[in-house]
Formats: sequence, C-alpha cells, structure tokens
Amino acid sequence: MVAEFRRARKGGVSVTFGQTEARVLRRVLEEMLELLGPAEAAAEDPLAAALGIGTSTEAPADPALARLFPDGYRDDPEAAADFRRYTEPTLRDAKRAAARTALDTIGNPGERQVLDLEQAEAWLRALNDARLVLGERLGVNEELDELIAALKEDDPRLGLFWVYDRLTFLQETLVRALW
Amino acid sequence: MSVAPVEVEQPDQDEALRTDKPWVTIVWNDPVNLMSYVAFVFQKHFGYPKEKATELMLDVHQKGKAVVSNGTREEMERDVEAMHGYGLWATMQHDE
Repeated sequence: MVAEFRRARKGGVSVTFGQTEARVLRRVLEEMLELLGPAEAAAEDPLAAALGIGTSTEAPADPALARLFPDGYRDDPEAAADFRRYTEPTLRDAKRAAARTALDTIGNPGERQVLDLEQAEAWLRALNDARLVLGERLGVNEELDELIAALKEDDPRLGLFWVYDRLTFLQETLVRALW
Repeated sequence: MSVAPVEVEQPDQDEALRTDKPWVTIVWNDPVNLMSYVAFVFQKHFGYPKEKATELMLDVHQKGKAVVSNGTREEMERDVEAMHGYGLWATMQHDE
C-alpha cells in the first residue's frame, strides 16, 4: 500500500500510513530532530535568548544544515551574519516543531489520520526539510533519474534514493490536497 | 542574466525619484523543491493569485531565479526568513 494525502472535509487532509511507511517516516523525522539539535543554549545572554537572537554568524559547516539555514545576503557577509543571528534560532525552533508535529501525527499503521490545516502545513514543511537534507546528502541534481540509473545495485545509497522518492510523492500529494 | 522583476519598478536614473521600496527578495532555483510546492508557497505567503504564483515559480525554475517581492529592508528580511522557513533558497538585496 502506498499512502497519500487526501483532502478531507472541513478543510483538513487525511492519510493512512502502512506499517513500513510509518516506521520509515518515524525514523526520518527522528533523525531530522537529531540533526536540527536542541535549541541554542540560552547561556550567556538570557535577554538575547528570550528575543530569539542567536550567536552563530556563519553558515553551518554541515552542507545539509547550511541548506536548511542559508545566508540571507549573497554578497554582504556582515549583513548575512547579522541576519543569521536574528533568524536562525527562530527558524530552527520552527523546523523542530514541524518535525515534532509530523512525528506525533503519523498514527498507528493502517489507522486513518485526519489533520487540520496547521498540522498539514507542518507536514508539508517537515517533508520538504527532510527532502532538502536527503537531497544534499545524496547529491540530488536536476537529473535525478540518470543519477539513480547510474548507481550500482549494491550501492548503499539506493535505499535512500527510494526514501527520497517516497517523500517526494507524499509531499506532492499533500500540496495537491491543500491546493 | 537578466531577470524581469514582476512587482519591481524599473530602476530610475534619478536617485531622488527612486521608489521607497528599493529592496528585493530573490528566490533561487534548486533541484529539490517541488514546482507545485514553490508555487503554493508563493500564493500562501505573498497572497498572489494562483496564476502569478505559478508564473513566478516558472521563472525560478527556468531562469534560475526570480524577484518575488519588493519593499523596505525590514519587509524583505521578513520575506526571506519566511522563505527559509518553507525551505526555499532566498536572498535579499538592494535593487540596482
């Protein structure tokens, strides 16, 4: 069985995940939470922490995280650093919250889940973030089919491409259900 | 590469006549974000009609980038942050 999101009555969406899908999704979302890490330590400046102002001024060294938190300015490192301090902690929290909501609403295998619009949008963002990370790790480019065709059958990335493909399909059905 | 901004006025020769909304938000193409999703985000966040949201999405996809909004620096920072929240690759700059 292949799950897909469908438009539900009252503006929400519904989905029923099979056992394997539910397990894979759980794993993906848990790994996303781990990657996103805990909220930045409020440590030195409690006022800044309360205001959502962080300390990191450079793009994360991990390319997948750098893709989730890109620079806001291309040719102005100073402005980019400032922008990052003011936005990255909030963005990180929002991405964690979306992954958490998705994780909490996977439901039991075979059980139809009905999501309200807010939960549906959390799923949309969480699926997209997971695809961005996987896409970065797998070196996904515009030529995805050729990329997969070129893999040897025992390539360990093959399974990850399959997961990426499933997430893409799920997200596509969710956009369609919402729009 | 020249990109035709949709909402942005043509740059004026006379500095004094420049618009008071001189900053732009640019969304860049990437191989992961779905076309349907990008258009959905443009409609949802900017409130653009479906046609315009789709047009902007196609600009991003085909030309590599598109100006999706213009305004004050503060407004553009909010737009760029929102785009990053959706996972789109966006930057802002002073319109030349």
